[in-house]
Parts: sequence; structure tokens; C-alpha cells
Amino acid sequence: MKRFFRDLKRYFRYILFSAKSQLKAEVSNSYLNWLWWILEPLCFTVLYVFIFQVLFKSKEQHFPVFVMVGLTVWNYFNKTVKNSVGLIKKNRSVVTRIYVPKFVFVLVDMFVNTFKMLISFGIIFIMMIVFKVPFGLTILYIIPILFVLNVLIFGFNTILMHFGVFVGDLSNIMNILLRFLFYLSGIFYSVRKRVPGIYGKLLLKFNPMAFIINESRNVLLYRKTPDFRFLTAWLVVGLLLSGVGVWIIYKNENSYAKVI
Amino acid sequence: MAEPAITVQDLHIRYRTFKPVPIRKTLSMLKKSKKDLFHAVRGISFEIPQGQIVGIIGKNGSGKSTLLRAIAGIYSPDEGKIDLHGNTVSLLSIGVGFQANLTGYQNILLSGLLLGFSEKHIRSKMKEIIEFSELGSFIHKPVKTYSSGMYSKLAFSITVILETDILLIDEVLSVGDVAFKEKSYNRMKKLIEDEKRTVIIVSHSSKTIRDLCDHVIWVHNGVIKRTGKPDEVVDEYNKFMKVRK
Repeated sequence: MKRFFRDLKRYFRYILFSAKSQLKAEVSNSYLNWLWWILEPLCFTVLYVFIFQVLFKSKEQHFPVFVMVGLTVWNYFNKTVKNSVGLIKKNRSVVTRIYVPKFVFVLVDMFVNTFKMLISFGIIFIMMIVFKVPFGLTILYIIPILFVLNVLIFGFNTILMHFGVFVGDLSNIMNILLRFLFYLSGIFYSVRKRVPGIYGKLLLKFNPMAFIINESRNVLLYRKTPDFRFLTAWLVVGLLLSGVGVWIIYKNENSYAKVI
Repeated sequence: MAEPAITVQDLHIRYRTFKPVPIRKTLSMLKKSKKDLFHAVRGISFEIPQGQIVGIIGKNGSGKSTLLRAIAGIYSPDEGKIDLHGNTVSLLSIGVGFQANLTGYQNILLSGLLLGFSEKHIRSKMKEIIEFSELGSFIHKPVKTYSSGMYSKLAFSITVILETDILLIDEVLSVGDVAFKEKSYNRMKKLIEDEKRTVIIVSHSSKTIRDLCDHVIWVHNGVIKRTGKPDEVVDEYNKFMKVRK
């Protein structure tokens, strides 16, 4: 525990700098540069809006913004979780040369994707103005919600990163699980309205992504305060997962270099 | 005798030869006995006083690099202890090092930060590093565009100019072209004259070991076969290798 915070302080500059350089490298390696960070979420939003509003006649209020919020949060989760499985292999050049607390890689990846998510949120605010969504002070609640999301992701990813080193086809399994979760999290529909009865309630309570996405919409679009009881509960779960993850990594990290 | 800089006590390192496995097998693996163990280092102890230059020799696969990596903190010992007495340590070896998509400049900063230096310190040394590496304008190109020589030169420059207390060198004194080799060799000699610097060199070159080291450890199949003055140990080692042919 103490060691975790000491290492965090010591490697914080590295994490920031590494995330920054990764973003820069991404920009310089592509043709459309940073436009991708805007284009990607926008294109998918347009796609989903087309499919669900035009083809399936979804009646959701402010549907484009509604989808965009879901996609933004989901993309952040999806990308970091997918990456976490291969993080050690990706960083083998560092791992085999010098000691680094390995959770550092998880944080670097989260920083990179947080940056992209923030751009996405910027677009959401512009869209909210364009579609005349009424603003309320409740949008500030998005901060604690995203904080809980980050703690959860850190917990998941430290554990996944560890198993990703030893289990070769974990990434295949994750792809399938993530796809399930994608459809169960209400990215393009409202779980509360569309999943009837007990199942909808269960999903909203026990699927963290459905919960977080739903709460994000509540505070951003509907001027509601979030469900603090469940938010706290998920925070506790996230902290526990993080604790377990960090512990596993500290215990095993020096054998990673022998395997990859 | 000066203060000890590195103390290694009864060090054991084993490789479990597990490769990435399919999920199906992970369940059965939990119970699996320790059959697939490869014992790379089996009970090595030594102490190196501050400022000494130590050479490690031994045939391929005898555990030299493993030993070095353990001292660098990359592998944890399975048994035994390694005490660095609070010194900072860096490992220099061929073929590993950088993040391919980033530029040389960024990689210098990242490596420096990882070695525990402040950004300010690294930036103040930046010019010297770039000059020493002879990379010129390539420093702002991604390292994946570098030739293997340039790659090694950059790695070498970072390590020798950002000075850590303990320097571990794995077979890199044959880096680059003749001119760079000469330069790095001289630089090594200069570093070594610094009383405080402790260096461990792994090398197959008898000349390097004889010229640079004060003390030699001969590792054979994971244990220390002999230690002593460079000339004696290297002679005996060469004889031993000839007989085996």
C-alpha cells in the first residue's frame, strides 16, 4: 500500500511523459493526425443514430447526444480493457531492461485514452448546445462518476494485465466478453425503458458499465443527481479490485520478464 | 577495502519454462508440479566494493546475463538476496531498449526518467548525449527508422552520460563502427577511473576483460567456478574452453 503510493509519486513524471509521447507518436504516424480523435466517435455516432433512429425508430430524446455519451464512456472502457491484456508484451523493451512497477503501464494507457475521452466530451458539450439540451449544474456530477469509472478500470486492468502475460488467448475471450457487455450496457438504447421488469433493474445495478453510462446521461442530459449509494458501492468494488490487482502485480511482476 | 556496493548472497534463479498457454490448460496448470524448471543461477555469492570493475566470463548459457538482470532488479531472486546498498543501477545490453514509435529524443527522456533522474537533469545532459551518440538530425526521427548501429549508439550514450552509481554492461563494447568503438572504449576507461563508479562487465572478449577489469568472476553452469585477478582467470578460462573443443 505504502509502496504503491511511493512508486506512484516516483514514476508520475514518467507516466505523464510517456502518455504524452504516445499521443504525439500516434499523431505523427497517421495521415489525418489528431482529427481521428474527433472523427472516430463522431462517425460511430452518426452510424448508430442512422441505424436506430431512422431504421428502428428510436424515440429517445436528444438521441444523437444520448448515443454519443454512451459511446464515449464505452470506448474509453473498451479500449483500455482491450489494451491491458497485451500491455506487458507491448512494453517488453522496457520490461526486459529496467525495473518499473508494472501498474505504471496501466496508468499510461489510461492517461492516453482519458485524453481522447476528454476530446469526446468536448464534442458532447458542443452537441448539447447545437441540439439545445438544457444545461444544469448537475453536469458537474460527471466528475465523481468518471472517477469511479477510472478506479474500476484500474482494478480490472491490473488484474487482466497480469493474466494476459501467461494466458495466450485471453485477448480472444476478452473480445467476446466485451462484445456481450457492449450490447448489455445500453449504448444505443435506454436500459431502464427497453429492458422490462427485473432484468433491467438488475442490469443497471450489477453491470457497472450500464450503471455508469446511465448515470452519466442522467447528470448530463436529464439534470438528475446520480445514485450516490450505488456509486459508492462501485467505488468500493473498484478499490478492492485495484488493491487485489496491485498486490498480484507486485507479487509476480519480476517473473514477467522471464516469460515474454 | 572500500564500502561494499553490491552484495549478492546465495542467489538462485529459476526459469519456469511456461510459454503462454491456452485457457483450457490454465486450470490444470494450477496444480502442475514444478517439473519444467530451468535452474539458471544456482547459488552465487559475492561482494563487490565500491569503485571496482568486475568482469564476468563464462560460456553461453552459463547464467551471466541472468545474473546481471537480477542485479538490475528485472528478475527477482527465487532464493538468496541482492543488496545494492542504496545505489542506482542501470543495465546496458544489446538489442533491448526503446519504444520504436517514439523519437530518439523522447526515448532519451523516457529512459532517463525510468532510471530515476529528474527531467531537468536529463535536459541539461541532453546536448551531451546527442553529441556523443553522433545521431545528428536522426534524433528527432522515430527509433524504428534507425539502423542497428545507431540504436546501440544511442543506448550506450544514454547510459554512460547519465551516470548511475552502478553500471552493468552486457556485451556492448563492440557497438558501432571502429571510430565509435574506440570512443566508447575510451569513455569506458574514463568512467572507470572515477573512483566511485562500480561496473560489472559481461564479455567474451579477453582483451576487454584484461584491460578494464580489476577482478574477474568466472561463472560456469550457474555457479562460480573461479574468481581472481583478470590475467590468471582469463588464461585458465581460455585453456578450459580449448580443451572442450
